[in-house]
Amino acid sequence: MSAVLESPAALTSKTKIKVKDLNFYYGGFHALKHINMEIPEGKVTAFIGPSGCGKSTLLRTFNRIYALYPRQEAKGEILIDGENILAPSQDVNRLRAKVGMVFQKPTPFPMSIFDNIAYGVRLYESLSARTMEERVEWALRKAALWDEVKDKLGQSGMSLSGGQQQRLCIARGIAVKPGVLLLDEPASALDPISTARIEELVHELKNEYTIVIVTHNMQQAARVSDFTAYMYLGELMEFGVTDEIFIKPKRKETEDYITGRFG
Amino acid sequence: MDLYARRLLVNRFNLFISMLAMAFGLFWLGWILIVLFQHGFEAISWSLFTEMTPPPGSHGGLANAIVGSFIMASVGTMIGTPVGIMAGIYLAEYGNSGWLAPSTRFVSDILLSAPSIVIGLFIYAIVVLHAKHFSGWAGCLALSLIVVPVVARTTENMLRLVPDSLREAASALGAPRWKVITSVTVRSAKAGIITGILLAVARISGETAPLLFTSLNNQFWSLDMNAPMSNLPVVIFQFAMSPYENWQQIAWAGALLITLSVLLLNILARVFFRNTAQGH
Repeated sequence: MSAVLESPAALTSKTKIKVKDLNFYYGGFHALKHINMEIPEGKVTAFIGPSGCGKSTLLRTFNRIYALYPRQEAKGEILIDGENILAPSQDVNRLRAKVGMVFQKPTPFPMSIFDNIAYGVRLYESLSARTMEERVEWALRKAALWDEVKDKLGQSGMSLSGGQQQRLCIARGIAVKPGVLLLDEPASALDPISTARIEELVHELKNEYTIVIVTHNMQQAARVSDFTAYMYLGELMEFGVTDEIFIKPKRKETEDYITGRFG
Repeated sequence: MDLYARRLLVNRFNLFISMLAMAFGLFWLGWILIVLFQHGFEAISWSLFTEMTPPPGSHGGLANAIVGSFIMASVGTMIGTPVGIMAGIYLAEYGNSGWLAPSTRFVSDILLSAPSIVIGLFIYAIVVLHAKHFSGWAGCLALSLIVVPVVARTTENMLRLVPDSLREAASALGAPRWKVITSVTVRSAKAGIITGILLAVARISGETAPLLFTSLNNQFWSLDMNAPMSNLPVVIFQFAMSPYENWQQIAWAGALLITLSVLLLNILARVFFRNTAQGH
């Protein structure tokens, strides 16, 4: 399968994440089958496909968050900046500090807005109070939330609206300055206006981060991503430049999904 | 009669039966409270809080018993709570595989429903018999053994209510597991855990059997934890069974005091849980 797929990364920029013959198991269930792909640096890559196709599972291998659960297992290699993160010697906490993740549902911590952002930073850096304030402001500005919360940084993060909470989570993710940002259906629980803000945000952030986004929404994938991977039943069916995937897919299955014939 | 009308009838009938069952339960509870309030308020006076437990036939109060109960319940809670919370954390956060956690949970549940007299006898056998005298410390230990399973169980249940997505979010920032637990998971379950502690305190405030064999009683003012220590439940037990009328009076007053403080603790627990749960 890998031989068939071209590597879009080679066309343009450097590869950030290289997946080599990755297989994933939930207990006895074989959820990802021989995945090979190269995700380019400083671009937005979208994973699309019907429910249960393995796109979230694949995303969750990039920061090994699946390892929280005992019966989940990944085999193969995932190289981030050339280092195999699936190697047993890889420290998962350090890996996760470099690869940020935002989830489907907003998950503010039960603490103030300020502490929500500072939480991750404090884990790996000891900053002075002044520098920390600057960092929090920087992250909130990046996430386009600063103007809405600058006067209530001491309030609980849970007092914000759903869309604000999700931007808080994005701010929290970028505050630790990771190289990669993984977004797992970040807008699926939000209203259209909040969704649009998140999409704008993705657009702005892509110059500094490698972003991988899982989405159910094909228009969203078309709008925000540079590259798109179409997955089906645990296999990577097609991976390429977003415009090509949407306008002129190489495979019949991709076309069927994109034109809404199933899925 | 059509299906809907029949369902409506069955619903009414069942609702009636449930109300009846509730009324039956409440009736006895109400009766108990009425009798207690009648006798208790009659016996309550200022000297109850200032004077010691009297010999038969003379005037006195419950000051030594109130203070003794307060000390032993506090120390018992302070010993039992950390153990219970840590056990609950282990069960909820680490105990999803292997044999140790299910066994711990099973033993803890047995301890939870064990007759408290067994706990009293146990401390009697391992502490009192060796020290060769009853003591306040032994009483505290017995009470703490009752606190542990209550707190462990509520802590575990409350931590299980915290969604996994929150744990994932904290882990995804690179937080090590202990840090995720202490700063995020336990923090979101805080209100529930504190409620559990308050309920455990309410539970041990009225326990008689564990103290009967451990701290026994002391008719004098004593803050010495190595000596027998007075406490409300045992005083009530002894005085209520006695033929002396002044003792019986004091027993009623003591029973009322315990009931009111347990009621207060329960109300506190509810108010606290509601306020904190909404505050988030």
